[in-house]
This record gives sequence, C-alpha cells and structure tokens, in this order.
Amino acid sequence: MTKEAKTLTEERRELERKPGSAERTWEQTTLKRALEGSPERLGEFTTVSGVPVRRLYTPAGLPDFEPARELGFPGQPPYTRGIHATMYRGRLWTMRQFSGFATPEETNCRYHYLLSQGQTGLSVAFDLPTLMGYDSDHALAEGEVGKCGVAVSSLRDMEALFDRIPLAQVTTSMTINSPAAVIWAMYLAVAEKQGAKLEQLSGTIQNDILKEYIAQKEYIFPPAPSMRLVVDTFEFGVKHTPRWNTISISGYHIREAGSTALQELAFTLRDAIEYIDWGIARGLDVDEFVPRLSFFFNAHNDFFEEIAKYRAARRIWYRVMSERFHARTERARILRFHTQTAGCSLTAQQPYVNVIRTTIQALAAVLGGTQSLHTNSLDEAWALPTEAAATLALRTQQVIAHESGVTHTVDPLGGSYFVEWFTNEMERGCNDYFEKIDALGGMIPAIERGYPQREIAEAAYRYQQAVDRKTKIIVGVNEYAAAEEPPIEILQIDESVARRQKECLAELRRTRDNRRVTQCLRDLEAAARGDKNTMPYILDAVRAYATLGEICDTFRSVFGTYEEVSIT
Amino acid sequence: MVEKKTRVLIAKPGLDGHDRGAKIIARALRDAGMEVIYTGLRQTPEQIASAALQEDVDVIGLSILSGAHLVIVNRLMELLRENKLADDVLVLVGGIIPGEDIPVLKQAGVAEVFQPGTPTQAITDFIRTRAK
Repeated sequence: MTKEAKTLTEERRELERKPGSAERTWEQTTLKRALEGSPERLGEFTTVSGVPVRRLYTPAGLPDFEPARELGFPGQPPYTRGIHATMYRGRLWTMRQFSGFATPEETNCRYHYLLSQGQTGLSVAFDLPTLMGYDSDHALAEGEVGKCGVAVSSLRDMEALFDRIPLAQVTTSMTINSPAAVIWAMYLAVAEKQGAKLEQLSGTIQNDILKEYIAQKEYIFPPAPSMRLVVDTFEFGVKHTPRWNTISISGYHIREAGSTALQELAFTLRDAIEYIDWGIARGLDVDEFVPRLSFFFNAHNDFFEEIAKYRAARRIWYRVMSERFHARTERARILRFHTQTAGCSLTAQQPYVNVIRTTIQALAAVLGGTQSLHTNSLDEAWALPTEAAATLALRTQQVIAHESGVTHTVDPLGGSYFVEWFTNEMERGCNDYFEKIDALGGMIPAIERGYPQREIAEAAYRYQQAVDRKTKIIVGVNEYAAAEEPPIEILQIDESVARRQKECLAELRRTRDNRRVTQCLRDLEAAARGDKNTMPYILDAVRAYATLGEICDTFRSVFGTYEEVSIT
Repeated sequence: MVEKKTRVLIAKPGLDGHDRGAKIIARALRDAGMEVIYTGLRQTPEQIASAALQEDVDVIGLSILSGAHLVIVNRLMELLRENKLADDVLVLVGGIIPGEDIPVLKQAGVAEVFQPGTPTQAITDFIRTRAK
C-alpha cells in the first residue's frame, strides 16, 4: 500500500470511530500521564502484515456493529463464530500432518508411525518431479527424486504408499495440483483394489491451479485446459465420490510467497469464486458441487490477525454464496478449512525456537475454528522432518487439544473489541480486492496481467526491508542471534532413492501390458482433445499402469505448456 | 570514466518454483545499482550457463530450496569450465543448504553460500567486494 493510501485508510478508520466521553476522558487524563511518564516502545505497532494496531480497542471501533447480523451463533449464518454449533466440544479438528519423503515404502512407514502416535488423518507430500508430472527417471528429475516429498510415478508406487492402510476407513489429503486428476485416479484405483467403494472414500486433493500461477508456480499447462481438468474432477466427484473434497482452495502458498494476511484471504476467496464460475459454466449445480470445495489457510505469527482472518473468511464466504451465487443449501454456504502453520516463519537459526512459533500459530488456527491442522516440525527450515521432530509437532496439537482448555467453549474470542474490529477490517479489505479483481475481468485476467503476483512481490519486499532494518524482529536472526550453533540432526535423502525408483520403473514398463497402455493413452488423448470428462480415461490409463509422466505427456501434447512472465 | 555496472544473473535451477527469495535478491541488487537479469523458473544448468555467456555476467546467483543443489551445482560448474567462464564469473548459492554441504559446494567452485536469514546487505556487500 502506498503511504497516501495507508494514511487515507487510517483517517477513514479514525473518522468512523465514535469514542464515548469516558474514553475521551481516559485519553486526556490517565493515558496522557502514562505517555508523559514513559513513551511507548515503538513509534508504530503493526502486525506481521503491516496493519497498524491501536493501543486499545473499545466499542468505539465497532460503531454500527449488530451482533445478530455480524456475529450470530455457531452453526448458523453468518458462521463468524464457527460452522458447527458445538465445534471442538463435539469433535476436535483433524490432526493431519503433511508427510512424504524418499520411496513410497519409507513414507508408508512414516504414515503408520504417525497414525500410531495419534494423528487422525493422512496428508501426502510428493516430490518435485511428481508435482510437475515427471516420472522419477525423467531427465529433469535428476537430483530431485524423493527430496521434497515422496516419489510416485505409477499406480504401483501408490499401492506401496498405502500398503496396509484401509482407504475406506481413513481420510487422506494429497497436495498435488497440475497432475491432481492423475494422482487422484491412482488413489481411487488403489481403493478399488482394496475392495472399497468410491462413494465411501473421503479425502481431499489440493487441485488448486490458480494459486500455482499466483504463487507456488507448479503449473504445467496453460490456464484454460488446467481449469478444464479441475472442473472434470468437480463433475466426476459430484457423481461418484460425494464424500471427497475435489479441491482445497489455498491461501497458504500465497502467504508463503510473501503476501499479507488480507491478500491471502482475498486472493483465496476470489480464486474460489473463479472456480465456481467455471463449474457453473460446465452446467454444474452450485448446491451440488460447492459443498465439496474446501479451503486451506496459513497460520502465521501475528496471533490476532490470523484469528480475525479465519472468522472473516467464514462470514465473507456465507455472504458470497448467498448473494453472489444464490446457493439454496447451507452446505453450499459454509467454509471448511485446513490450516498449516507458516513454513516461511521458521528459522534455520536456533531451530528449537520454531516449536514456540508453531505453537502460537497452531493456537491461532484453533481459536479461529479450523477443521483440520498441520503443525510444522522444528527442522523444516533445514530439511524434511526427522521422526522425532514430526512427533513433537503432532504433540503440539495434542497439548492444545487436551491440556489448554481452549476447546471447551466455542469461539472464545467472540465479542472481543479488537477481534471483532479486525474481523470487520478483513472483510472490508477483502471486498475492496474483490472489486479490483472483478474490474479486471476476473482472477484469470488478473493473473495474466500479473496483478496478484505484483501485490505479493511488493509485500514480500516490504517485509524483507522491515527485517533488514530491524523494524520487524525475528528472534535468533536479526536479534538475539547466537555466535555459534551446534548443527542439528537432519533427515538425509540420497540418490539411492532415484536409483531404486528408476529400477522399479524399468521393471514396470517391461512387465505391464504395453499394448493396453498405448490404447489407453490414445483414448485419453482423444478425450482431452474433445470435451469429454477426462477422469474415466485417466482411471483406465492408471489401472493399466500407465505412468504419471506418460499421462501428463499426453496432456502436454494436447494442451501445451505454460511459461510465466516473471515479475520481480 | 563511467564505472561499468556489475552484471548479475539470478537463476532458479531445477524444478523448484519457490521464487520469493530470488526475486527479493534481484530487486535488492537492482536497487543497489547492479544490472540484474532474472532467468525465471525451471532452468537447466545448460540454460543458465548459456544465459551467463550471452549476458556476459560477472555473477551467477543460484537459488535452490529443493535439496538438488549438489547435483545442479556440479553440472553447472562443469559447464562453466567448458565455456571458459569459471574463472571470470563469481558463483553464489542461496536457499536451503545444509551446513555440511557448504564445503562441498565451495570445493566445486562456489564462492559463497547464503543460508536462510542472511541479511540482504550482506549479499550486496559480498558482490561489491568480490565481483570483478
């Protein structure tokens, strides 16, 4: 935000406040004396996102606040206080630790371990070749196999990944975007082999391509065919997997790229609006497919800013679904979200301090009413988590759940002058962004003009400047640094993973029915060129043990690939 | 006589798309008066070496967060030697690099490795001091 724009907003805020006479008296007497005695520590107190915070919030900051309209009750419109009437008294959030590394067999061990330690949902992290639709033996996979997540090139790998895990009884979230339809098909095929029915399966695929163009940059194809694939999964899901979330519309990555909390909120919800527009254009009924759209937010350091963000998200979404899309059912108007604590806030220096950051962030997510939560491990500024670090991260959630007492009442911060003021601010700012993006013609036109990318790059640069100037303190980094630190144990992943995966792939290609594979890929290509739903064809190819790379290459030949215009 | 600006290539090698750091460094170096060329994402070592040659850069800054740094750097240094650039170009690495890999990278020819938390000015100062 420019200095002028910032001042205008503050002026506007000041004009809207209506302090009563008692507050004015306090300002002119007790406060005045206190400030004369000792000035405040900083000239300005701002959130991590740069939002100025007043020293005190009172009813003056909520001049037209109508609790019935803005707050309501949990489990009913406008859902500010939560989407369920009893929230965590009824059911705790799902403890769903994002996990994956090296070979499917090693990751499978980690999954069994985490489930035995009290995790209540699975979440798969794939390696970069998989995320980009390349097999482990592709030239571009050199050096990358198994390093950032688990390597999955075929149904065989997926079978090994979920070995002895009954898919009809667990819920699984898979962080996969460009090739989401393919990875989902592999999961469904594994479930089929286990004897499960598709209607029983519950889980999520991230499948949010818009935020890839905006922030995470794991795109393969251009926007239009990518959106087509996403809507194919919506359509397939409505018919065959009613308990499956076919998308997790994400702000996490937008925040990790350096956006403010408000940008994270606004861009995520505006992405959601875009997906709904495309679903409607396909002929889908909003009340049928929107209930299975889920969301995914970041939990960064600024405690109250995050809580306000989540509460605002629910209220904004209710209003968007009612007023913009005229949804008739409640299930299509409630916002369900997963949260991950902020990876970008973790430090390589004094890594044990990360446990403290993660705890505060997790607490914010819980006080914000999240349905599902991942807590980062202390060593994640260095590597993928060791077993010990992953365990401590899980214990963080368990202590909050069972020892802190915050779950005993719904939306404990409801009614706080500060939190309600901030929730209102978030909603206002979000609507401002909606207006801007609508004026550009929607999110895809906005992306093509680089609008969200530029907003994020600006915010990221401002934040780094603040850190460099020490107007934002990071403990252990620009203040309280240690002269020397002993190295911590980190997870090592070496090239033996790549070698193993290549051997497995060679064997797969030798022993499968290659004629069947060729036929399936041909049929898939025809479907992709036309306007049929590609999911059944992807499923057939996957069942025949066509590889991820082969299927994605088929799509590449039809859709082409995308290269962004870099904005620095 | 006008002093020639230091020319820096900021590159994102490998499949990793996390470009927050690379873009911030590119902008900071530009603000500090250097000529900065940002390669964009998913560059192969071949593409980076080629860009370095074409753009006649003084510095190559690699941003790698994916764990693929040893493989990538070895290949790039090989290409720089083949193209007779290794002696003239300062190669710097930033990102997620375990401490034990730093000596390995330096042995391969990397001038310095900047780990998370490095102040931006430290990088600017290093280049000013060391680039020809």
